[in-house]
Amino acid sequence: MSEPILAVTGVEQRFGPFRALGPVDLVLHRGERLGIIGPNGSGKTTLINCISGTLRPQQGRVVFDGVDVTDAPPHRRARMGLSRSFQIPKPFTGMTVLENLLVPIDQICPSGDAEDRAFAVLESVGLLRRADHEAAGLSQLELRKLELARALVVQPKVLVADEAMAGLSEGEIDDVLAILTHLSATGIAVIMIEHIMHAVMRFSTRIVCLETGRVIADAAPEAVAADPLVQKVYFGEQTRH
Amino acid sequence: MSSRETAMDLAVRRPGRSPSAGRRSLVFALGCVGVLALGVVLTRTVENPYIFFAGYVVIQYVAVATGWNVLGGYAGYINFGPTAFYGVGVYTAAFLVKAMGAPLPVSIAAAGAAGALLGLAMGWMTLRVQGVYFAIATIALVVMAETVVHNIDYLGGASGLALMPPQAPAWAGGQPQFMLMVMLAIAVAFVAAARWIEISAMGRALRALKASEVAAECAGVPTFRLKLIACAISGAMLAIAGAPYVYYASFIEPGTAFSLALSLNAIAMPLIGGKRSWVGPVLGALLLATVQQAASVTISSELNILVVGVVLIAFVAVAPDGIVGIVEKLTGRRGA
Repeated sequence: MSEPILAVTGVEQRFGPFRALGPVDLVLHRGERLGIIGPNGSGKTTLINCISGTLRPQQGRVVFDGVDVTDAPPHRRARMGLSRSFQIPKPFTGMTVLENLLVPIDQICPSGDAEDRAFAVLESVGLLRRADHEAAGLSQLELRKLELARALVVQPKVLVADEAMAGLSEGEIDDVLAILTHLSATGIAVIMIEHIMHAVMRFSTRIVCLETGRVIADAAPEAVAADPLVQKVYFGEQTRH
Repeated sequence: MSSRETAMDLAVRRPGRSPSAGRRSLVFALGCVGVLALGVVLTRTVENPYIFFAGYVVIQYVAVATGWNVLGGYAGYINFGPTAFYGVGVYTAAFLVKAMGAPLPVSIAAAGAAGALLGLAMGWMTLRVQGVYFAIATIALVVMAETVVHNIDYLGGASGLALMPPQAPAWAGGQPQFMLMVMLAIAVAFVAAARWIEISAMGRALRALKASEVAAECAGVPTFRLKLIACAISGAMLAIAGAPYVYYASFIEPGTAFSLALSLNAIAMPLIGGKRSWVGPVLGALLLATVQQAASVTISSELNILVVGVVLIAFVAVAPDGIVGIVEKLTGRRGA
């Protein structure tokens, strides 16, 4: 198999005496669809922060597209093609929805048809008619879509979607899954962090399960779902699903 | 995907602008020329020199408020010590005038450089302190700068310095007229620069980091570098606004150069006018400074600072987006 697009080795993140994550090893191949699951507080978002660069792990290395980016700030990783969305939407308030998408385009892949590209992505997530609205005025649902649109408008090599579907209806989950699946078909590797099990099971080609900062399973969806340890720590407390 | 980014990269990357944007820029440019022409006409026709002294102060506030707003309005970093920069500009010019009788353009350039350097130092602070803590730290800049001046005998220490600045060129029709024209040119240049930042990709990146630094960073915005640039530009503008004061007043002292009133005005004017666009600081400065000038003549020179306080409280309570915000709400649109 070719060189992985993303390789995390021995990454460890402590907050004071509390070890939130690690040591963790994780590999993501080009075009892969990786699901990351785990109970609340298991270190999923911490891992994503280490990958995107908003946290600097005390131990371990992060190699993206063949380059060691452990010491690179987030904007450099973004410019290399690593995009993420945030679990709690962080819209650029004080700007229109369209301008929100122009920010990453300006910085990462400026071009004369930026507005057209932004419009196309807004249409694909169903935000086209909101293009000229103030971002602060969007509903929670629309904010999640904006979050995703802003991450994928720059056609990244890797897209990390941190709970992009929380709070969405079944129909909207299908819409987002369709968008992500389409992205993946164009060669973009996607990491999906999600609590909505049927969505992550349906989408992923491989699933990693975290528990108290460690990887306890890394296998195909069916194998992970059948893993007794995963069932104990994860499904055991999610009886409603 | 170059890893090298410069201010130019940030600013030039401006995707397809709509045709109306080009037309608006043309109207703006014509407006700038019109304002400068009006200044020339007035300095030739008005007899009463008091108008020029008062006008200088009002226009200086347009420059100061615009300079402050580049950081405070666009990037959302509240600089509580604009007089530190203004005062550094005043004393840079004073030093050059005393040492070598420097002409005004030299003083302005040197003040800009000094202000930009101090701005970089302030920008470096944003690594460690944000929000209220940043604002408090900027107050310390004023105290530091003033203390330094107090202890330099060459600059007159606490008692001030009388200077013989070079006289205005003969064509200007007199020193007050000349200084008004200089300050008008500076203010117009600042407003044009602020507007350019606002409509460029740099302005968009600044607004993004104002909304969320971490999200901006993850969208590819080099937030720290951008903050440094904004601090340097804002610092340079504030210092440049101070440089001509030496040529205007001939006597300077730390109490005026580092006055609290100027800091308060520099912050209040964009807040009252509206921080989001270049129009806000201009409106706020024209309005507030004119009222202050009128009040200090007709009522009392102490009262004018009270006027600022009352108006500021009224706006923060009733119209947090300033005059521009009120107008936008009434007309139902967001201007650019």
